[in-house]
Amino acid sequence: MEHKSKYPVSHVVGFLFSLVLTFVAVFVALKMNVSYTIVMWIIGSLAVLQAGLQLFMFMHVTEGEDGKTNVINMAYAAFVAIVIVAGSIWVLTSGHAAH
Amino acid sequence: MGIKWNEIFVGGDPLLVGSQIAIVLTVVAIVVGLTYFKKWGWLWREWLTTVDHKKIGIMYILSGVLMFFRGGMDGLLMKAQTARPEMNFLDAQHYNEIFTTHGVIMILFMAMPFLIGLMNVVVPLQIGARDVAFPQLNALSFWLFFSGAMLFNISFVVGGSPDAGWTSYFPLAGKEFSPGIGNNYYAIALQIAGLGTLMTGINFIVTILKMRAPGMTLMKMPMFTWTTFITSIIIVAAFPIFTVALALMTFDRLYGTHFFTLSSGGSDMLWANLFWLWGHPEVYIVILPAFGIFSEVIATFSRKTLFGYTSMVVSIVGIAFLSMIVWVHHFYTMDAGPAVNSFFSITTMLIAVPTGVKIFNWLFTMRKGRIQFTTAMLWALAFVPNFVIGGVTGVMLAMAAADFQYHNTLFLVAHFHYVLIPGVVFAVFAGLYYWWPKMFGFMLNEKLGKYHFWLFTIGFNVTFMPMFFLGLKGAVRRAYTYSAESGFAPLFLVSAIGSIILAIGFAVFCYNIYWSFRYAKRNVFHDPWDARTLEWMTASPVQFYNFAVVPEVKQLDAFWHMKKRGETLTLKESDIKKIHMPSNSGLPFYMAVVFGITGFFLVFEAHIAAAVAAIGIVVGLIIRSFDYNDGYYVSVDEIKETERTWRNVEGGTENHVG
Repeated sequence: MEHKSKYPVSHVVGFLFSLVLTFVAVFVALKMNVSYTIVMWIIGSLAVLQAGLQLFMFMHVTEGEDGKTNVINMAYAAFVAIVIVAGSIWVLTSGHAAH
Repeated sequence: MGIKWNEIFVGGDPLLVGSQIAIVLTVVAIVVGLTYFKKWGWLWREWLTTVDHKKIGIMYILSGVLMFFRGGMDGLLMKAQTARPEMNFLDAQHYNEIFTTHGVIMILFMAMPFLIGLMNVVVPLQIGARDVAFPQLNALSFWLFFSGAMLFNISFVVGGSPDAGWTSYFPLAGKEFSPGIGNNYYAIALQIAGLGTLMTGINFIVTILKMRAPGMTLMKMPMFTWTTFITSIIIVAAFPIFTVALALMTFDRLYGTHFFTLSSGGSDMLWANLFWLWGHPEVYIVILPAFGIFSEVIATFSRKTLFGYTSMVVSIVGIAFLSMIVWVHHFYTMDAGPAVNSFFSITTMLIAVPTGVKIFNWLFTMRKGRIQFTTAMLWALAFVPNFVIGGVTGVMLAMAAADFQYHNTLFLVAHFHYVLIPGVVFAVFAGLYYWWPKMFGFMLNEKLGKYHFWLFTIGFNVTFMPMFFLGLKGAVRRAYTYSAESGFAPLFLVSAIGSIILAIGFAVFCYNIYWSFRYAKRNVFHDPWDARTLEWMTASPVQFYNFAVVPEVKQLDAFWHMKKRGETLTLKESDIKKIHMPSNSGLPFYMAVVFGITGFFLVFEAHIAAAVAAIGIVVGLIIRSFDYNDGYYVSVDEIKETERTWRNVEGGTENHVG
């Protein structure tokens, strides 16, 4: 096995951007004087943005030779994410549980 | 550093003091024994630093046996306490701790390592690979699991056990209602062990996708490999949920956040929701590999190819999909309203469909087969009716409206023991009797195996069948005692007697391991069961490089057809090339130690000490990043030498099949 001695630029950039996005989210949540709903929308968008960023910077999504596998992976990941997030919201906000 | 020494050692209770003395004596005996027999170097070289998937598998299985003993003792203590009404053997607090550790240990530290152990030993061999994709990561998986398991196990003598149930529901598990450190063990130890499991999932997905022998397409993979593959995918999907939930729990308990608390905007049911989002897939993580084991055992001992291979694969994928969308059936009584409860009722009942397909496939595999009643096959045969009882009561529980009656009763407890014991434990025993010669080069004694089988299955039914009726009569789970007027006493007594039979069965199994280790014949044939899959092509025990020449696969049950063509033991020496193997590494063991120390300090909320210990984790990561050891080559001469030792043993073949 050979080792590429290339400096991992994309990883470092991705890491820095992730830090920035995280601290912006913390700032929005703790320091900005806006309504709860707006805070939720902003930090939610930042989270999606960061997930996308990491997909490209860390997860080599553009490097794979097998496009079909990537599509299946993405679809499955989206399914799991929707089940967890939308499912939890649905379950915890309906019926007697929420009141 | 803020450690409260008086909280660390739990004293007073004679049972606990006895355990503490026993643990100290065992540790002393192990240290003295290793020193006396000069085995420290052997232990380090052959086991602690190994990256060989077969040895890692054996260590997993050994941990599983130990944890089965620990969890089983918990079970026996509970059965002793409830044998008669108003017993004073255990107090309420002690009983709470015991049913909590029983659940956690049996699921996470018994079922998981047993199955992951068998996956480790068998899957690379079944697909004709020389190891898993990431051997050192595999060792790290094991050592993190072991670290977490040991941290959890010391809780009952050091600091106090978690006592909020294996589900650890909030608000009870929160700091307000459980101020002691016991539940910190739950949050931290399961986190460490869970990291290991997640890495195992990734490792096996890559191994199965990338390292199959030439010619083995996905639809030519043995069924155990298929189930391991799908299980690994569920692990990768579900375990991160648990990781996050445990992290939030840790923040709540250690740093005063309010994710799951009743006050300050927390939601206690969010914990239940996240726990079961992981917890339900988790039960399929343990049941699917077990289904794979039964598929191999039933096909081999019916001497037929597995019936309905394609429908089997579709069913596994279907179960994996459905497993992600049924979690609410664990808390219908939270009452999220008719829409939610109906949706999850329907998805839950749907799971019975692919599972039923699998049951019929196994039955049709046996139909017109020449069935051999080996111990492994007996476990598979007993699995079918017992598991169906568990499955049918599961469909009863799936009906949300009816579940309001069954919820929190012993009916539920009986149901999941009827699913998990025949489904997982029977499978593990079947797998151990079946693959034992591959792991150790000798067979487990079949006669003792049959005693083990009958005692265990009869004991199991006598223990858990009465619980269905107790539950229907209104006996609640997790109650440490009951009144004589309740009328529960006779059935509880029957159940307690059953648990003793069950325990004797397990003791016979342990004795069987001991007996076979001492006395069983060693020159066992490499294919003692006349089996169908590639793992039986190798020597018993397997050569460290697995295959001298990687086999070429032409169809399903590849090894069976190779035997028909008479090409199994012919090895052209010109085909042998040098083999690349990974080097041993002490780093995974080191990581387990530093994770264990960090975890221990976190449990006792000694934050500065934990931060200092965590530096050790970072150091380990850095060392690994600069590790350029690419492994070594096994020379052609050494391979030839090794192969000659077992391929020439004509007449030394031993076939134990009755």
